Amino acid sequence: MFEFCTDHETLPRLQWLACYLTTGKHMGFYASFGTVLLLLAITAPAALLFGFGGASAARSRLLPLNWLGKAYIAVVRGVPDIAFFLFFVIALDQAFEWVRHQVKCPDWDQPIRQGNDFVVCAAAKLPLGTAPQWVHETYGFFVAVLTFAIVFGAFAANVLFGAMRAVPHAQIETAEAYGMSHRQTFWRVLVPQMWVYALPGLSNLWMVLIKATPLLFLLGVEDIVYWARELGGTANPRFTDYPHGDWRMWYFLALLVFYLGFTRISELVLDRIMRRLSHGQATAGGEAQRRAKGAA
Amino acid sequence: MKKLVLATAALALCAGMASADTVRMGTEGAYPPWNFINDSGQVDGFERALGDELCKRAELTCEWVTNEWDSIIPNLVSGNYDVIIAGMSITDERDEVIDFTQNYTPPDPSAYLSLSADLDVEGAVIAAQTNTIQAAFVAEKGWTLVEFATPEETIAAVRNGEADAVLADKSYLAPVADEEADLVLLEREEEIGGGVGMGVRESDGELKAKFDAAIQSMKDDGSLNTLISKWEVSSTF
Repeated sequence: MFEFCTDHETLPRLQWLACYLTTGKHMGFYASFGTVLLLLAITAPAALLFGFGGASAARSRLLPLNWLGKAYIAVVRGVPDIAFFLFFVIALDQAFEWVRHQVKCPDWDQPIRQGNDFVVCAAAKLPLGTAPQWVHETYGFFVAVLTFAIVFGAFAANVLFGAMRAVPHAQIETAEAYGMSHRQTFWRVLVPQMWVYALPGLSNLWMVLIKATPLLFLLGVEDIVYWARELGGTANPRFTDYPHGDWRMWYFLALLVFYLGFTRISELVLDRIMRRLSHGQATAGGEAQRRAKGAA
Repeated sequence: MKKLVLATAALALCAGMASADTVRMGTEGAYPPWNFINDSGQVDGFERALGDELCKRAELTCEWVTNEWDSIIPNLVSGNYDVIIAGMSITDERDEVIDFTQNYTPPDPSAYLSLSADLDVEGAVIAAQTNTIQAAFVAEKGWTLVEFATPEETIAAVRNGEADAVLADKSYLAPVADEEADLVLLEREEEIGGGVGMGVRESDGELKAKFDAAIQSMKDDGSLNTLISKWEVSSTF
């Protein structure tokens, strides 16, 4: 990175550190922070969407849809995350490939399952075996997003389901008395009011999601915890220009600061949202705001 | 969800335009001198050099991928990469699940690394990496075994007293013993392992044959021995 880094053995300590912290390997570490933030930025709305769908389905009067929503909430919440991540992702990936295989290679005569191997024709591979590495990484990333969204969506669905029931029933009845249809009551009365009840539960989920990102490595995505372990491990002078002892503690300390800082910022933002949502609501928070305004 | 499907479809399309005949090489990237991640973040080591040469001889385009040791076989079998080249010893147990090429290093004894040179390993607490021949060996002997996911952690366990010694390939332990004065290699060594080979899917006979031929040609012209000595990974053929 810097020009003086070429003779790394004679560097004064500060410059050595500057060179050390800008190796290609460290760049991978810094980039993985972006990966994690991007994952959170995409997963959170996606999970909310899954949750909203699940909760609406679980409230539905259509029986099959109702069962589907309730089964989704119950099953996904009940399966341990790690089992879900190991089993479901491989199954999902194989399901995609199986479908592509049926479409693209109809005259394939060999069995797809050969002992332990899962063999589909080359054209059905996802991504194709010939694809460059970044395509594989992007694909893995999106499979990770989808899995996270399904898992956290189930928890969000349960939170939203509860929040929808917490909206005072009198409000719904009044809306119906005014002649609103089911759909209108749902979108104009129920949904705008439920968020204030859902937010505490959703903010918990968000915090858990932030901390769950190391599960990414199970899916082959190199996340910050992987790099911290890799970079912090003892570096033998035979294999690196920047040898050092076991520095994992320092790397994990950096992660600690990152996670704590990130959750703190989240808390501040969530507090603001809560204040805004409480405005004009028939809740204790909303009442407090009304009083404060009256006093002023 | 719709966007996701579109994105995957778009990806699949882009992927179709890439060059043909790419072989994806899966390695661990945490086992110097066999394979490790170098300062610039690339896979490096004996197996990188060997793999690149083998691909050249077999006229294949190779791409390097890292994967955790623990799930390295399941991910090969489900098709995430095509070859395991990660210092993996050829054993009957693994051979039931995947196929191996001929070995590219001869069978070598495993060594112990400990804080004291006169440790009696029988009855001591031995650290080893999960799913290795060394872990299987210690378990079979009935000694106390502590397993770790990465090689680095097994050595850290000896350093902080959690284990009395670590059992691993000598080539991995020797550089560590050289570097740290208080860690020593024990005199006792164990004759385990049938040499190291590349792992391929059982249904991938063609690829296996290509690499077998390439390894044979490197054995014949002596370039494999040169590479082994350069990286000090094992005895030569």
